[in-house]
Amino acid sequence: MFLRHYPIYFLVPAVVLYFVFFILPSLLGIGYSFTDWSTYSDQVNFVGLDNFVHIFSPGENYLAYIGNTLIFTVVTIALKTVIGLGLAVLLSEGVRRFSHLYRLAIYLPAVLPTLVVALIFRSILHPATGVLNRLLRAIGLDALALQWLTDPHIALFSVIGVDTWKGVGYITVILLAGLQTIPRDYYEAAEIDGAGFWARLRFVTIPMLMPALVVVTVLNVLYGLRVFDIVYAMTNGGPGYATEVISTEIFKAFSQGQYGLGTALSTIMFAVLLVAGYFVIRLLERTSSQE
Amino acid sequence: MRASPMKAAVGHTTAVLTSVAMAFPVYLVVVNAMKTKVQASAMGVEFPTSLEWANFATVIDKGKLLTSFLNSMLYAVGSTALSTVAAAMAAFVLSRARTPVRRFLYFFIILGIALPINFVTLTAIMQATHLINTKPGIIILYAATQIPFAVFLIYGFIASIPRELDEAAIIDGCSPFQLFFIVVLPLLKPVLVTAAILNFLGVWGDFLFPLYYLNSSAHWPMTLAVYNFFGQYQQSWNLVSADILLTIIPVLVVYLLGQRFILSGLTSGSVKG
Repeated sequence: MFLRHYPIYFLVPAVVLYFVFFILPSLLGIGYSFTDWSTYSDQVNFVGLDNFVHIFSPGENYLAYIGNTLIFTVVTIALKTVIGLGLAVLLSEGVRRFSHLYRLAIYLPAVLPTLVVALIFRSILHPATGVLNRLLRAIGLDALALQWLTDPHIALFSVIGVDTWKGVGYITVILLAGLQTIPRDYYEAAEIDGAGFWARLRFVTIPMLMPALVVVTVLNVLYGLRVFDIVYAMTNGGPGYATEVISTEIFKAFSQGQYGLGTALSTIMFAVLLVAGYFVIRLLERTSSQE
Repeated sequence: MRASPMKAAVGHTTAVLTSVAMAFPVYLVVVNAMKTKVQASAMGVEFPTSLEWANFATVIDKGKLLTSFLNSMLYAVGSTALSTVAAAMAAFVLSRARTPVRRFLYFFIILGIALPINFVTLTAIMQATHLINTKPGIIILYAATQIPFAVFLIYGFIASIPRELDEAAIIDGCSPFQLFFIVVLPLLKPVLVTAAILNFLGVWGDFLFPLYYLNSSAHWPMTLAVYNFFGQYQQSWNLVSADILLTIIPVLVVYLLGQRFILSGLTSGSVKG
C-alpha cells in the first residue's frame, strides 16, 4: 500500500505543537470560562454562566468593548478594501513604469513591527508638537488639527486610520495579483462597447475580482476581530475606555488576575472565529480543489 | 489600454504621493535618530544640522540592544526552523496521501489560521510544561502558532512536484525519511524560503508572547525592549528614533532581499493565477 511511504508519524511534530499550544488552551478555556479562577484564591469554583452574564450585562462596559471591536473591524475592512482596490487599479493600469517601486513602498508599512509603528504615530499625532497638526496649521487648516489620540470621540478612528495605513499594502498586493488574472480582452470588449472607466470598474473589474475581494474581506475580518497590538501600543484602550477592544480587555483581565473572566472573553472570541474559520476552510477548499 | 499623457501624470502623482506617505515614518525615524535631543524634541521632518552618531552607541548601551537583538534572532530563527520543518513534513504526507482522515487533519490544522489563542489558559499549560519565562518556551509558542499557515502554504506547493519522483525514489529503495529529506525537501526550497521569511518577519514584529510570558527583561526581544526604552526616555526622541531604527534595520534588509518570496507567499492560495 502506497501509504507506507507517507507515514502518518510525519504529522506528529506539527500536530503535537499545534494541539498542545494552540487548540488545547482554547478547549480548556471553554471549561474554565464557567469558573471563578483567579489569582486571589487557590480554589477554582464552578460558577455556571456568571462570567457571561457579567460580560453581557448592560451595567458593564464589555458590550462597548465588543462594539469597538466591531467598529474597528467594519471600518478597517471598508477603508482597506476601497483604498486597496484604488491602489491596485492604479498600479496595474495607471502607472506601468515604476509600479514595482510603488508597490515596494506601499507594502513597506506591513513589515514594520506594530509596536514601532505605534510609537512613531504617537509622535506624529501629538496634538501640540506632532507633525500632522503642525502641517495642518501651516496650511491654515487649524480647525482640522484635532486631539487625535486624547479625544475619546476620535481616538478609535485615529487608531483605525493608522491601522489602515499599515495594512492597506497587504490588501493592495492581493488585489493586484487578482487583477492580473483578468483577461485583457474583457476590457477591450467593454471599451468597444463604449464603457468608460467607471463602467469598466463596475461591470468587469469588480465582478471578475470577486474571489480576491472575498479573500481580503475574510482576512480583514479575522484580523479585525483579533486586533490587539496596534490598540495596545497606541492608546492601551484609552482615553478612558474609548478604544478598548476585546483582546486588550482580555490582557487587562489577565494582568489583574481575573482569569475566569479573561477566559470567558477568550471563549466568546473563539466561538465567533470558529464560525469564521469554517468559511475560511470552505474558501481554501474551493481554491485547492481547482488545482 | 494606453493612458493619455495627462492621465499618466495624474497616476504617477498619486502613486508618488502614496509612496511618500507610506515611507514617511521611516524617513522621520532616520532623520531624528541623527539629531540632538533638543532638535528632535518635536520629531520634526527637518534634516539634522549635525550628525549625532553617538546616539546609536548610547541606545545600544542603555537599551540593552545587543541582548535583545540576540534574543529576537534566537526566537525568529529558532521558531522558523522548527515550524518550517514540522510543517513541511506534515504537509508532505497530507498532500501526497489524501485519505479522508488526512483531509480532516489538514482542515483541522489550517483552521488555526482563523482561531484566536487563549492566552489565559495557555499560561497554565506553559506552567505545567515549565516553559513559562524561558527562551525555548517562546520559540515553541511561535512555532506552534505559525504551523497552520506554513502547512497551508507548503501543502499547495507540494501538489506541483511530480509524484513520479517519489515513485523513482521508492523503487530505488528510499525510506520515507530519505524520500522526504533527500528527494523532496530540496525541491521545496522556494516555498520554504517564503514560509521562513514570513515567519521571521512575523516573529520579529510580535511582542504578545513576550508580553504575556516573559517577565525577565534579559529574555526580551527587540520590540519589547524598544517599548520599555520609550517608557524611560519619552523626552529623548533622538534616542527613541535611534533605538527604533536599529530594531527595524533587520526587517528592512529581509524585506528588500526577500520581497519576491514575500509577495508570492501572500498571494498564493488567495488568488488563482
